[in-house]
Amino acid sequence: MILQTERLSIAFGGVHAVNEVSFGVAPGTVFSIIGPNGAGKTTLFNLISGLYVPATGSVRLAGEDVTGLSPDKLARRGLSRTFQNLQIFFAMTALENVMVGRHRHETTGMLSDLLHLPSVARQNHATRAAAAAALGRVGLSAYATRPAGSLPYGALKRLEIARALASEPTLLLLDEPAAGCNPVETAEIEAIIRQFARDGITVVLVEHDMRLVMNISDRIHVLANGSTLAEGTAAQVRVNPAVIEAYLGTQHAQEQARAAG
Amino acid sequence: MQTLTSHRLAGLAAIGLIAVLLPAFFPSAYYYRVGALVFIFALAAIGLNLLMGFAGQVSLGHAGFLGIGGYTVLIGPTYLGLPSWLCILGGAALSGAVAFLVGRPILRLKGHYLAVATLGFGVLVAIVLTNEAHWTGGPDGMSVPRLVLFDWRVRGSDTWYWIAAATFVVGAMLALNLIDSPTGRALRAIHGSEVASSVLGIDVARHKLAVFTVSAIYASIAGSYLALFNGHITPEISGFIRSIELVAMVVLGGMGSIAGSLVGAAVLVVLPQALTVLHDYEHVVLGLILMGFMIFLPQGIIPGVAGLLGGRRT
Repeated sequence: MILQTERLSIAFGGVHAVNEVSFGVAPGTVFSIIGPNGAGKTTLFNLISGLYVPATGSVRLAGEDVTGLSPDKLARRGLSRTFQNLQIFFAMTALENVMVGRHRHETTGMLSDLLHLPSVARQNHATRAAAAAALGRVGLSAYATRPAGSLPYGALKRLEIARALASEPTLLLLDEPAAGCNPVETAEIEAIIRQFARDGITVVLVEHDMRLVMNISDRIHVLANGSTLAEGTAAQVRVNPAVIEAYLGTQHAQEQARAAG
Repeated sequence: MQTLTSHRLAGLAAIGLIAVLLPAFFPSAYYYRVGALVFIFALAAIGLNLLMGFAGQVSLGHAGFLGIGGYTVLIGPTYLGLPSWLCILGGAALSGAVAFLVGRPILRLKGHYLAVATLGFGVLVAIVLTNEAHWTGGPDGMSVPRLVLFDWRVRGSDTWYWIAAATFVVGAMLALNLIDSPTGRALRAIHGSEVASSVLGIDVARHKLAVFTVSAIYASIAGSYLALFNGHITPEISGFIRSIELVAMVVLGGMGSIAGSLVGAAVLVVLPQALTVLHDYEHVVLGLILMGFMIFLPQGIIPGVAGLLGGRRT
């Protein structure tokens, strides 16, 4: 397993945002985490990527216990992620945004940077080339020199993916990459994720677009109220009564209330 | 990009050329004095700009580092018999060390909280300089021994003009180098989103501390020059007003613009001198002019003018 969580838990003000969640992700697969709003999906991502420290439980990355490590240390171990609410460097160009993604591969220090030693020039050249390639992979080459703030929403979603990709992750967490995207943009993102799987990048996906999830996931983990509801292949999850209940629960309850009233 | 590098060097060469040609139009030695002050304050402003304009971290106490640099060239030569030039470097090292120690706890704070913490640091330095009268001469200050280089006593305004201009060009070059580098990109990324920076492998705390330390060293060297140039120093060098002036230079010239720091320093050094003809209304008019600049060029003078000309920011 490239990623393994063991009874991962965190609570905010008495609410169990994530409660004893355990799962394992096999290398080179697409693993999706789904669940109703407030199920704890993004909190789970924040726990895995080091932004939150779990109250109990552990996270293992390629077999190594990384629980409580800071996000930058995890990034240097090959974990990268995108954000549901975009975290773009708006004052920088699209290409510069992606260049920042190369940070963990850059070796020059502040002193050599101040003096602009030849190593810095070589570094900049390599970083720029790799960033341009990552931008090309998500189809944004045309936007390279534009300030990121001027890009349309769908392009910003892909820019975040390119930035994460530029860090050459072994494990990539995508938090609702298709949210707010039109069907054409969603299809583009689906194609991008499929290519990741072929390139051996393991993808953990949080997504509300069920067609996208069912199409590309090797396994699906279902959360509700912070706890695991079910896990299995798309076919298994689709027919699971507990999952159907969780997704249709409110409607179901209303009907029952109406019948009773 | 090759063009970016050559672009950068062209801008620097232009500033150097202006510095060399400007004295041809100076009617009197007094103008050398004003010019030297502009370059000295511009040096401090560049350092603060790296912190504020690039990394997005405010400091309302940077005059504290002016004071550390200034008083080191007073105390070192006067009490310890050290050469002044060595004390400039010693003050820079001391300021860097102080920034490193102070920065570790306070740079965890954000926005207004960081502003108040740095303000506290500046006030603290000013109080120490005022109260340690045995070493510092107290509120009235003391005479600073002149800089001696190779048996040559440096005192003329024209000489200081050249020293300040040359140091400014070097300081500007280092700052420009930093911008187009892995560290520079990391700093700008931290400004944009700390969360995104950290998940991309950037050690946010370490980078903030590094740029705070570098900016303190810039301010310290400027403070040493100021003390040596004036030949006298008082705790006013570390005063709150001084810190605010430095921030105003950065914001007025343009956050993130190195050329802007020079322009901001020039405006805030030259305008008060030019406005003395207005006597009682001097400060009112100065305030109105600054407000006017910020209303009409809210991004600062250099980015604002560049925007009006349809160009990219420099």
